[in-house]
Amino acid sequence: MEHYLSLFVASVFVENMALAFFLGMCTFMAVSKKVSSAIGLGIAVVVVLTVTVPVNNLILKYLLAEGALSWTGIPGAENIDLTFLGLLSYIGVIAALVQILEMFLDKFVPSLYNALGVFLPLITVNCAILGGTLFMVERDYNFGESVVYGFGAGFGWALAITALAGIREKLKYSDVPASLQGLGITFITVGLMSLGFMSFSGIQL
Amino acid sequence: MAEPTPKGVLLTPLFRNNPIALQILGICSALAVTSSLSVSLVMTLAVMSVTAFSSMFVSLIRNHIPSSIRIIVQMTIIASLVIVVDQVLKAYAYDMSKQLSVFVGLIITNCIVMGRAEGFAMTNTPGLSFLDGIGNGLGYGFILMTVGFIRELFGSGSLFGVTILETVQNGGWYVPNGLLLLPPSAFFIIGLIIWVLRSIHPDQVESNEFVMKHNTEPKEAV
Repeated sequence: MEHYLSLFVASVFVENMALAFFLGMCTFMAVSKKVSSAIGLGIAVVVVLTVTVPVNNLILKYLLAEGALSWTGIPGAENIDLTFLGLLSYIGVIAALVQILEMFLDKFVPSLYNALGVFLPLITVNCAILGGTLFMVERDYNFGESVVYGFGAGFGWALAITALAGIREKLKYSDVPASLQGLGITFITVGLMSLGFMSFSGIQL
Repeated sequence: MAEPTPKGVLLTPLFRNNPIALQILGICSALAVTSSLSVSLVMTLAVMSVTAFSSMFVSLIRNHIPSSIRIIVQMTIIASLVIVVDQVLKAYAYDMSKQLSVFVGLIITNCIVMGRAEGFAMTNTPGLSFLDGIGNGLGYGFILMTVGFIRELFGSGSLFGVTILETVQNGGWYVPNGLLLLPPSAFFIIGLIIWVLRSIHPDQVESNEFVMKHNTEPKEAV
């Protein structure tokens, strides 16, 4: 239990997806003008990450890894190594899951669907989602860990984008040099936030 | 730009319509791999080749793709190309591929690649799309190399691993700026590059929603 807790804290604060690894930056910059839309996108990312990371973990364990196909009982299956197909399968799984999630929300939770509507398709090409899966592969998480990691990483990302949106809502009333307006000042703000989050890097649980 | 010309599509993305500085595309990887110049160079080459070839292939089959499944078709093409790049890197530059770790895979979700495939290659001929991919790769690389140059030169006093400024630790005179090796510095540098680019091209400046009034003269207390 403690192990999972420390993994969660590490993925939210110490290894924050957005501020320590710069993942999902495109949407991070583009959709952080208003707090309400930032929260919407944040929730979507949490949901998608929590689903896709464990699913990709299963795909890796039972289909792609070396010898993973031995459960099929096909002779010679234990020598098959399909890890090179990883990238293609992960992105396929993500795209398919986002599509399914979209249909599911449309049917059963229309209010959430309307709130997230525009953001869901965007999420397929959000680097944070694929990044979460790739980190899971690289660090060799098991199923339980990947559930916790997916949720934690998504939560950290949502936290970061909400905080940035809050700052930007105040920032638009300030007198910024003309050429730095908009994108430029946002970059510098995110830099300062990232500097702030680095103070968590000493945390050991 | 009415009709895209070969020279135009190759050169506009470099400064006038830079994918990172203006279109906010593909920033993710731009920030994480720039702590040294050689890594930035490899990343630039990888992104450039993937963008160019994916644009070309998408353009080749653009008249045969049903529009309802075009995203998934483009994804598949891009993902296959990235797998090729990943395997080549693992075979011939293993250390480099370890350093780039997940960021090679993340080229798939690099918005530049997808954006060019969707925005340009779907409506233009393969030759032009190829050049457009190269051009956008160059624009991406320009920012990447600039950031990498500044970070490596001032952060560790070397370029491509060759010492330029002798650091104090090695008995030289230069005190390296540790901040530049940390992730946040990349944000500051890109922010400043945007500032410079937009000062040169004032038409790119975003308008402010809330214009400040000039300070009125403070009235002296009577």
